[in-house]
Amino acid sequence: MLHPVVTLIAQRLALGILLLWAASVLIFVGTQILPGDVAQSILGQSATPTSLANLRQELGLNEPALTRYLSWLGNALQGDLGVALTNKQDIAQAMSKRLGNTLFLAFCAALISVPSAIILGLIAVRYQGRWPDKLISGVTLATVSVPEFLLAYILTFFLAVKLRLLVSLSTIHDSMSLGDKLYAIALPVLVLVLVVLGHMMRMTRAAILNVMQSPYIETAELKGLRPFWIIARHAFPNAIAPVVNVVMLNMAYLIVGVVVVEVVFVYPGMGQYLVDHVSKRDVPVVQACGLVFAAIYIGLNLLADVISILSNPRLRHPK
Amino acid sequence: MSESTDPAALEITGLRIEATAFPPGEKPRNIVLVQDVDLRVEKGKVLGLIGESGAGKSTIGLSAMAYGRGGVRISGGQILLNGRDIGTLGAVGLRGLRGAEVTYVAQSAAAAFNPALRLMDQVIEASLRHRLMTRTEAEARAVTLFGKLGLPNPETIGRRYPHQVSGGQLQRVMTAMALCPKPDLVVFDEPTTALDVTTQIDVLAAIKDAIRDTGVAALYITHDLAVVAQVSDDIMVLRGGKMVEYGTTQQIITAPKQDYTRALVSVRSIEHAEKPPADQPVLRVEGITARYPGVPLDVLKNITVSLSGGQTLAIVGESGSGKSTLARAITGLLPPLKGRMVFKDRALPARLADRDQEDLREIQMIYQMADVAMNPRQTVGTIVGRPLSLYFGMEGAQKQARILELLDAIEMGAGFIDRYPAELSGGQKQRVCIARALAAKPSLIICDEVTSALDPLVADGILRLLLDLQALEGVAYLFITHDIATVRAIADSIAVMHRGQVVRYGPKSQVLNPPFDDYTDLLLSSVPEMQTGWLESVRSARRIESAGN
Repeated sequence: MLHPVVTLIAQRLALGILLLWAASVLIFVGTQILPGDVAQSILGQSATPTSLANLRQELGLNEPALTRYLSWLGNALQGDLGVALTNKQDIAQAMSKRLGNTLFLAFCAALISVPSAIILGLIAVRYQGRWPDKLISGVTLATVSVPEFLLAYILTFFLAVKLRLLVSLSTIHDSMSLGDKLYAIALPVLVLVLVVLGHMMRMTRAAILNVMQSPYIETAELKGLRPFWIIARHAFPNAIAPVVNVVMLNMAYLIVGVVVVEVVFVYPGMGQYLVDHVSKRDVPVVQACGLVFAAIYIGLNLLADVISILSNPRLRHPK
Repeated sequence: MSESTDPAALEITGLRIEATAFPPGEKPRNIVLVQDVDLRVEKGKVLGLIGESGAGKSTIGLSAMAYGRGGVRISGGQILLNGRDIGTLGAVGLRGLRGAEVTYVAQSAAAAFNPALRLMDQVIEASLRHRLMTRTEAEARAVTLFGKLGLPNPETIGRRYPHQVSGGQLQRVMTAMALCPKPDLVVFDEPTTALDVTTQIDVLAAIKDAIRDTGVAALYITHDLAVVAQVSDDIMVLRGGKMVEYGTTQQIITAPKQDYTRALVSVRSIEHAEKPPADQPVLRVEGITARYPGVPLDVLKNITVSLSGGQTLAIVGESGSGKSTLARAITGLLPPLKGRMVFKDRALPARLADRDQEDLREIQMIYQMADVAMNPRQTVGTIVGRPLSLYFGMEGAQKQARILELLDAIEMGAGFIDRYPAELSGGQKQRVCIARALAAKPSLIICDEVTSALDPLVADGILRLLLDLQALEGVAYLFITHDIATVRAIADSIAVMHRGQVVRYGPKSQVLNPPFDDYTDLLLSSVPEMQTGWLESVRSARRIESAGN
């Protein structure tokens, strides 16, 4: 018989694939019902009925929707996301660079924010109700509450304009060294860290406090263990599942939701790419971006589920 | 209680413990939980603390570690551990003491172990963190203790997680955890209360041997006088946070001086003469087999029992024997796969959804946990009045009068009608549940462990009330319990269940008298008796091993 964990993870995977397929349908249908017509928007003022008809024919817009969906999905599964209407570039190629940049930014932000959120959460629990807890909760709540573009401008004003410590333009390219790249993206990383930190820290704090009510925490206290050891060793392992879920939601946000920050710092990532092409009604690009974002979102939540399952000793070690 | 010049392991004088209560709608006020308690435990001796819930036994036990749950604080008196006053130690000093000089065994080992860590890591943790021994030494000591406590595979059981071992085993691992750092004093807080009666004696014997072999001093807290009589040298009886009586075990159980102690010793003195079975049974269960959805295992196997009107059928067995599942089948919550139920000569539909209003009215239930069986936001009057409106359409003055009648029947006055469940004691809550069941004028009440969560004297009152009501209303009880003393007190006929089967069934006089089958013998002989030396004699006379091993 299969280990129950394998079965559970296989179920989650199957569910994820089903979900991704449903998302592809939604994206396709959604882009089909957008107002306006691709051919019309490409030709603009110079459109004549004949040229419109020709272009539609060329783009395959006269085919039935189902045929177009199936060929789009079939190509996408083989890594061919089509060609941008506006500049005739291969979407997969153009996007892979952008996606790499976005993942680089998200990775740097996650590398700082996840450990700090968890450590701050542990400290807040250790000094629950006392000043370190209130300070941590207050500051993180403030940074979550300020809109990210405002936070971006405030930090730019002080760190880039007044103190001249960092740069406000985060354009990066291949010829830059890793150090230069990191220096260039320091400001957006800082903004993103502050935006996601509060959410994850508060969830860590709440989840651990919940566990701190358990009888086994009293057992640990009666063993004369140090408070921080009790929190980190006895409480945290039992609070992993809820924390991981929030961490993954924030990771997903770091990858698919950073449009505003990318625009403010002129960072060549996915967000900017998407915004540019939405404004030009470049439907194939919008569809491709939607599909990639959906895949990342579902993938990360899948990962959260798998970690939650693995963190449960009852599932890992059945009787 | 002999005096000696050596410092005792634990000496407490003039102990006073207080807490702050926050009654709803009132100002916070101070309440005294424990006062004027003096006790002394010599090295290698065991002192039993006994009393009902709320007597302050656990509070005193934890005070030996200078620990107070919630807002509980030690406000007076002196606690000397090995001659050292622990009241003057700061947080760091107390940490050095807890888990090293004094350790704790909790009531529910299942809840007291961290589910995410292996047993061995938890057992040796205190020894390592207090730098008492190296990991190798600690693990070797743990394995020795596991063996001494009679755990199977002592070499490897430490690699398991808490959910992978049984409740009785977990309680022994917890004892090993307490003994591992070689403490001077162990506080045992109801260590066998959550266990089945047949498992209890094994754990009790293991604890007793371990205490004797390691020469550790112990505080043994329990509400069961018969249990404490087996392990302790001295006994202190507590009530409402005050000391009632303090003496040697022999003196307390054979010659108690105080009335309260006498009541504890003589509890369960109810005499109930068995009635002969009537011709017309109120309920016949015929060949029922049942299993839970998705679990390919028969939880009930071909159960056939019948219950005469106005009589009590006791279903007795250990946890997991299927007795509560039988109740679920009869109430229609778990339709059986095979067999049928006949209620007053008509077939009872298997599924709850197929039963009519009259079927529902005729069979009522009373549960083990009275406080979760009532809506905390409804008053006693609303709770008891609900079946009256539902089944009889009573409203207004008529309903009010009937509610008062019912409250009177359960020996609670009209003053309770506007109270909420949270304002009642455990026994009062159970009485309200009885009144609610009676309100429907049923022919059968299923009582599922209704006295298990109550203190012995309170439970006694509930059993007397149930018997009185049976005589008055002619209602039949299907009484599910694991407690043989309760069965003796109220049953007319008995079905002994073991692993989903009825292994013995008949009138009380027949079931409780020899010749016994092996399982019934084990079950009956496991009930602690109030005499010293019982534990040793019963274990050597056993025919089969208990399931909890």
